[in-house]
Amino acid sequence: MKVTLIDYGAGNLPSVERALLRLGVRTEKTNSPEVLAAAAVVVLPGVGHYGALIRALDENGLRDSVIASIHRGVPFLGICLGLQALYETSEEAPDLEGLAILSGGVRKLSGGAKLPHMGWNQVRCACGGSRLLEGIGKDAFFYFAHSFAAIHGTGGLENGDAVADVGATCEYGAEFVAVVERDNIFAVQFHPEKSGEAGQRVLQNFLRLAA
Amino acid sequence: MLARRIIPCLDTDGGRVVKGVNFLGLRDAGNPVELAARYNTEGADELVMLDIAASRDGRPTFLETIRRVANELNIPLTAGGGIRTLEDARAVVRAGADKITVNTAAVVRPELISELSAEFGAQAVVLAIDAKKHEAGWEVMVRGGREATDMDAASWAARGAELGAGEILLTSVDRDGTQAGFDVALTCAISRQATIPVIASGGAKLPQHFAEIFRDGFADAALAASIFHDGNQSIRALKQFLADQNVPVRLPC
Repeated sequence: MKVTLIDYGAGNLPSVERALLRLGVRTEKTNSPEVLAAAAVVVLPGVGHYGALIRALDENGLRDSVIASIHRGVPFLGICLGLQALYETSEEAPDLEGLAILSGGVRKLSGGAKLPHMGWNQVRCACGGSRLLEGIGKDAFFYFAHSFAAIHGTGGLENGDAVADVGATCEYGAEFVAVVERDNIFAVQFHPEKSGEAGQRVLQNFLRLAA
Repeated sequence: MLARRIIPCLDTDGGRVVKGVNFLGLRDAGNPVELAARYNTEGADELVMLDIAASRDGRPTFLETIRRVANELNIPLTAGGGIRTLEDARAVVRAGADKITVNTAAVVRPELISELSAEFGAQAVVLAIDAKKHEAGWEVMVRGGREATDMDAASWAARGAELGAGEILLTSVDRDGTQAGFDVALTCAISRQATIPVIASGGAKLPQHFAEIFRDGFADAALAASIFHDGNQSIRALKQFLADQNVPVRLPC
């Protein structure tokens, strides 16, 4: 299997690539819409500023090919900002449009806790269960490093469709979306490439689901 | 619940891990790649690598060591020591670091913090503060803890957060290398007023020291070096001790 990593200069791309290579898949990095259009499996890594990711997608002409590949049913995994980009907007860059694959917006975590939400936290599976988290103990920890999130159960995520896409949530100041799963679309707010054994299992599950 | 983090630190010089007492008197403590692999397996939550020589000549060796260490890890890696410019930071990130730590260069030119934050995101910028007790509070020390600045550590921590740092790595110059325990008063003073996470460093020896710094010092993470390198204190056993004390930690599988 070959995994195509969208390369817009994200700091975590090398780690994601290393983690995938350890699992025995081939990888290619691209910022070309044509290469992306031919991809069999797509991973959108990301860390840092939401605006940087959205602008880079647009500057490289990648927006349409990402959306088209998702609509074609190509297995997709978004990591951290790669999850946030799937929504319509983000408070981190209110003037920019997200990919709008999922309805709702990304907001700043609040509730008085220190930001960034930095470190290892646990997640709670939605009632429908999670395919990405299959075989992972419910006490497992995942590594998070973010200040913005898709807040669960409020604002844009109140509608039933969006909530149905939630595979798991995490609690930090507010309950937010930690795992998204809908058909061929998968996304995680945490960093599986930095989450030890549990994270490796998430990537394995994604590769299995993508096969 | 967000776990309190245990972070081993590799002070490196010329591709080897070294250890010192009160920032002075270095001696060899092992191979960074082997130590990193061991800590990763034992349940370390992150790893920090500091180039304590931080000379221009030694830079390629440090970057190569980051590359080899990053290959062993599936946890976050922070690297620093001698980062003065955005270009220095890019080299460290390209080599495989997830976060960059800056110290003296940020005191000399605080805008460096904003530049790093704009490029890599706040979550990747760790402001290291070496603090030493004086009459009213704690003073920021630079150049490996040797030089005073007349800056107040608490004010500098707050300023660093405003400029875009995502974490504070707070080292007690008074405690570093003494194994007398973390500086609870210092860490408590900084961490309780900080809006970003604080990593406590300097003075750790016993598991009880870690329990104290989390419970009484309000540290979000605790960093130590030599006690782990010696093999006297396994990270696994330390975390089990903390869990038994009801400190939330991530227990390794």
